[in-house]
Amino acid sequence: MTVRTRLQIDDASVPALPGYVRLHYCTVRQAWAVLAPERVYWPDETSLAILRLCDGTASAGGISARLAEDYDAPLGAVKPDVLEFLQEWSDRRLLISAESGKGQAL
Amino acid sequence: MMPGPPIGLLAELTHRCPLQCPYCSNPKALLKARSELSTVTWLDVADQAADLGALQVHLSGGEPTLRTDLAEIIAGFARRGVYTNLITAGVSLKRDGVARLAEAGLDHVQLSIQGARPETTELIGRFKGGHERKCTFAGWVREAGLPLTINAPIHRHNIGEVAEFIDLALALDADRLEIANVQYYGWAYLNRGALMPERDAIARQVDIVEAARQRLAGVLTIDFVTPDYYADYPKPCMGGWGSDVITIAPDGTVLPCHAAMTIPDLEFDRIPEKTLAEIWIGSSAFNRFRGTEWMAEPCRSCPRKHLDFGGCRCQAMAVTGDAANTDPACILSPHHDMMAEIAEAESRTDAPDFVYRRIGVGTA
Repeated sequence: MTVRTRLQIDDASVPALPGYVRLHYCTVRQAWAVLAPERVYWPDETSLAILRLCDGTASAGGISARLAEDYDAPLGAVKPDVLEFLQEWSDRRLLISAESGKGQAL
Repeated sequence: MMPGPPIGLLAELTHRCPLQCPYCSNPKALLKARSELSTVTWLDVADQAADLGALQVHLSGGEPTLRTDLAEIIAGFARRGVYTNLITAGVSLKRDGVARLAEAGLDHVQLSIQGARPETTELIGRFKGGHERKCTFAGWVREAGLPLTINAPIHRHNIGEVAEFIDLALALDADRLEIANVQYYGWAYLNRGALMPERDAIARQVDIVEAARQRLAGVLTIDFVTPDYYADYPKPCMGGWGSDVITIAPDGTVLPCHAAMTIPDLEFDRIPEKTLAEIWIGSSAFNRFRGTEWMAEPCRSCPRKHLDFGGCRCQAMAVTGDAANTDPACILSPHHDMMAEIAEAESRTDAPDFVYRRIGVGTA
């Protein structure tokens, strides 16, 4: 059995959506939803932009840089928000680490 | 009032179940196998629910894995992108059965465990060897690559086991744990005196859960379903009546919540006689408590009415005799003190024997 540990998000962390969390476009509502065990979340534009970049290859630092560029905002302003978001979502097990993910069943 | 799309569908595929838990959420008048909907109808329901905008289906019962067409039904929802959640007692399926459901597109498994100790699980479910089978089943779920939630219904016989439930969930490699204080309607209402915990035990339980949540952030998610009889405010039951959830009983009766049949003057429609959309929009039962217009005081002028929607209609019915009353869990309800007094008195009395959940027993 794998012993789970809390993922501490830093610049080098590589977050990924686990297989049991799905980004889903609802055609009835014309909105993106995050489908998770016993929960449905409605991400705002910023959250959605972050989640889309959590592809298991980009680091938290890389995601921050990409968003700073896309939104034409200073990296120093963007990064704390991105790291906080990633920590919050991984604490709810809605994001996992891409590297540790290989060791887990999911 | 025109409703928005439903978020979830609770599909009660059967009332058959190998367990006999005395707080079962099924109605006291249990349906037999011959009244169950066909595979074809459930597959049609999957399409209709997806068309209506439902995003998740909770496949429940009774014990849903007793349906031999379960994989087919799962595939029907998965094909439409609906997130599929299996709610099971975990004593019926074999290892290859679990793998087959995963292949069919199952997204998540919620496994009920009645006690953190084998003897408690057997006392409640009345199924010999049940605890060990459930633990083995949990292993098969993880082996199939599926995420796992442990559901632990809490009452006076296992409220002292909450810390052990947390250890058990970790040992079973669960992602989530629901510490769910029993809600008292139907079978649980019938057995309330045998189940009601003491107020002090509730306080200890809250401390244990709070500490574990801090300690296990990012490791195990713990959901806590609060005990209404000792609450100050009601739960936002079902996210509002007729707002988020459609429940379908094994015979196709379509309900605003799984306990709605405890409210005597409601009339329900059925599939396949009507479509899900017709029922969602037009059913008198769904419209009866939709929105806030039906409310009397103290809800009507209350700023919390958009937060909790007046609480649970079925609890208002069970405790006050009128489903349109404010849920007595609310401190603003004139029945609130009475409900708390019932709980305190019952919890301090020796527990009577259980009336176990069996066909023909609850209505005798």
